[in-house]
Amino acid sequence: MSRSTLALQVGMLARRSVVRTMRQPAMIVPALFFPLLLLAINSSGLDSATNLPGFPTDSYFQFALAIAFVQGALFSANSAGTNVSADVETGFLNRLSLTPLRRVALLLGQLAGILALGLIQAVTFLAVGVVFGAGIQAGVPGALVIVALSLLISLGFGCIGAFVALRTGSGEAVQGIFPLLFAALFLSSMALPRNLIETDWFQTVATWNPVSYMLEGIRSLVITGWDGEALALGFACAGGLAVLTLAATSSALRTRMART
Amino acid sequence: MSRGSFTSVALAVGRRNVHNYFTNPAMIIPGLLFPLFFFTAFAGGLSRVDSVPGFDYPAGYTAFVYGFVLLQASAFGGIFTGFSIARDFESGFSRRLMLAAPRRSGIIAGYWVAAVTRAMFNVLLITAVALIAGLEITGGPLDLLGLYTLALIVNAAAMLFGSGVAMRLRTMQAGPAMQVPAFLFLFLAPVWVPYDLLAGWVHAAATVNPITLVLEAGRGFIAADPVKVLPAFAVALGLAGTSVLWARGGLRSAERAA
Repeated sequence: MSRSTLALQVGMLARRSVVRTMRQPAMIVPALFFPLLLLAINSSGLDSATNLPGFPTDSYFQFALAIAFVQGALFSANSAGTNVSADVETGFLNRLSLTPLRRVALLLGQLAGILALGLIQAVTFLAVGVVFGAGIQAGVPGALVIVALSLLISLGFGCIGAFVALRTGSGEAVQGIFPLLFAALFLSSMALPRNLIETDWFQTVATWNPVSYMLEGIRSLVITGWDGEALALGFACAGGLAVLTLAATSSALRTRMART
Repeated sequence: MSRGSFTSVALAVGRRNVHNYFTNPAMIIPGLLFPLFFFTAFAGGLSRVDSVPGFDYPAGYTAFVYGFVLLQASAFGGIFTGFSIARDFESGFSRRLMLAAPRRSGIIAGYWVAAVTRAMFNVLLITAVALIAGLEITGGPLDLLGLYTLALIVNAAAMLFGSGVAMRLRTMQAGPAMQVPAFLFLFLAPVWVPYDLLAGWVHAAATVNPITLVLEAGRGFIAADPVKVLPAFAVALGLAGTSVLWARGGLRSAERAA
């Protein structure tokens, strides 16, 4: 099969995936609304935490902005998983398996919807952050890096949703992983910097939790500017998650297509 | 119609829903996990906040967060029972139930029995986790009675609100219409810091939010320093009373559609 045919296949499936995501307000609205709601509530409710010695900024809104990006990415898992499980449940994948379509085209096409949603989220959260005075210390290039990191995180979490959907073929199973992903966010340095977490076991869990580094990567660009270590760790964790989950999703897709 | 028929309907509906709840993990997990996440994440992750100048809660941060999570678990126990009602309408079970029940108000009472059971189960587990995590309740037996009575009234108010929505809309898609108002009432209160330390628009919202009084009274009971007890019970009973009217209206709406 030629490269142009593959590109055509990817393009067609990507278009379908993006259009399908955009046509479901029930998928987009919560993915934007809930992270912004949590941001609004926490930034006012926890503003006094900035009085703690060693807190890196005097605005909790600026500190909490990063949470919206990662929480939004969790919705990508739900969105991707729901779409893929619908494809399994409706027999769409069965029909595709009878065509000469390549698996890689199917995989890349499905991921386009995740990335489109991730892009809308990242731009919205950045715009809200700037409008409400968070300021991005790393400037416009930093904002672009935030979008890139945010997309990578969305891809990683989105692939988790797609993987579960392909393995189980069940929308309910996809919904079932959402609380677990939420736990990963909550057991991170979401609410306070790691060095200010007082409870030992929680600090240990947050230190081992890759979500902490994803948050800290974005947070560093917002609060301190260019911090090579935080960015390297953030991209390494997000990239590592994306590579692992992509491989798992690809393997699950192979099994699913063979079954059909 | 006899009082016996009301009780028999309530017990039958209650028994069925309690059975469904304990035999279906998908029903247990959401109402339990979210309060547990909040407790774990914030009692553990934010415990340093009790060093913020002006944080004057004597029982410590774990107890402070427990006060909120207890209320959240109670309210969610009620709201998720509303989900069960909506599911029963979607499956057609409620239509048959309404034809068979001699006293239809017994149906709501039955769902309330289920809601109380769910809330008690959630609260029991969360309290166990909190005690393991170092929760210290300094309040005496009377304080605890006040605390858990308040939680049960909130549970009833949430369940009655949820049932009113579910019986009017009769679809699972009504879920956000039950969950979002409950979420907003709960989170626009002094959740993570005392009222005086709130800033910005959340401070203004907490000032007019009736749940603020309930939460502060609950925390007072935990710390053996009861505050605003009468206003808190008045507000909680007021919410429950309003929800009774709302639920009865929902039942009438469902009867007209049946």
